[in-house]
Amino acid sequence: MSAIILVLALAVAQLMLLAAMGCCLYRLIRGPRAQDRVLGLDALYVCAMLLLLTLGIRSDSTVFFEMALVIALLGFVSTAALAKFLMRGEVIE
Amino acid sequence: MTELAELPPWAALLIAFFLLLGASLTLLGCIGLLRFKTFYQRVHAPTLGTTWGAGGILIASMIFFSMVQSRPVLHEILISVMVFVTTPVTLMLLARATLYRDRAEGMSGVPSLDTGSTGDEATDSTYPTQRS
Repeated sequence: MSAIILVLALAVAQLMLLAAMGCCLYRLIRGPRAQDRVLGLDALYVCAMLLLLTLGIRSDSTVFFEMALVIALLGFVSTAALAKFLMRGEVIE
Repeated sequence: MTELAELPPWAALLIAFFLLLGASLTLLGCIGLLRFKTFYQRVHAPTLGTTWGAGGILIASMIFFSMVQSRPVLHEILISVMVFVTTPVTLMLLARATLYRDRAEGMSGVPSLDTGSTGDEATDSTYPTQRS
């Protein structure tokens, strides 16, 4: 009973997160300007992190937790660096 | 998947509720990212996914691993603190960079630097109603 509930909820949640990643990917590819692309990349990082967490629940292993943490860190660093690049034209001055 | 069947049904329902809450809010935020017209509207939408979207899925993960390992597993708090702290920082940086670029290109609809009505450093705010 509980296994059926969990498997169904996990499948629906993963499909929703995939659709969200599709929306972010559209904004990343077709974004009219550079800042829209950076925003899409940031949202894509968050969606990928959440998808990894649901994968971790599904396969019952905490290995995915570390991957999600690394992706969250990478998303912060890359978005901050890209915003700095958009502002100044250089990342490290 | 053997551990999944050993969970009590109320825990499974709770985990499913938080999972679906988080995933649907993330999807709503990304649909907003897809459909809003200007960048300044779009920058608000994905924060739905980084607040309750991430929060719901992290709470579900916490409940699941606590029930399976029958001890409190709270290391998901690390991710939630990380996401909650860094999202405003990055989005503020991105919005300021966009404002700078729009001003440099002289786009209309962007508040200019010399509105000067309040007379302090905060005059270059991002509110379009303060245009002079």
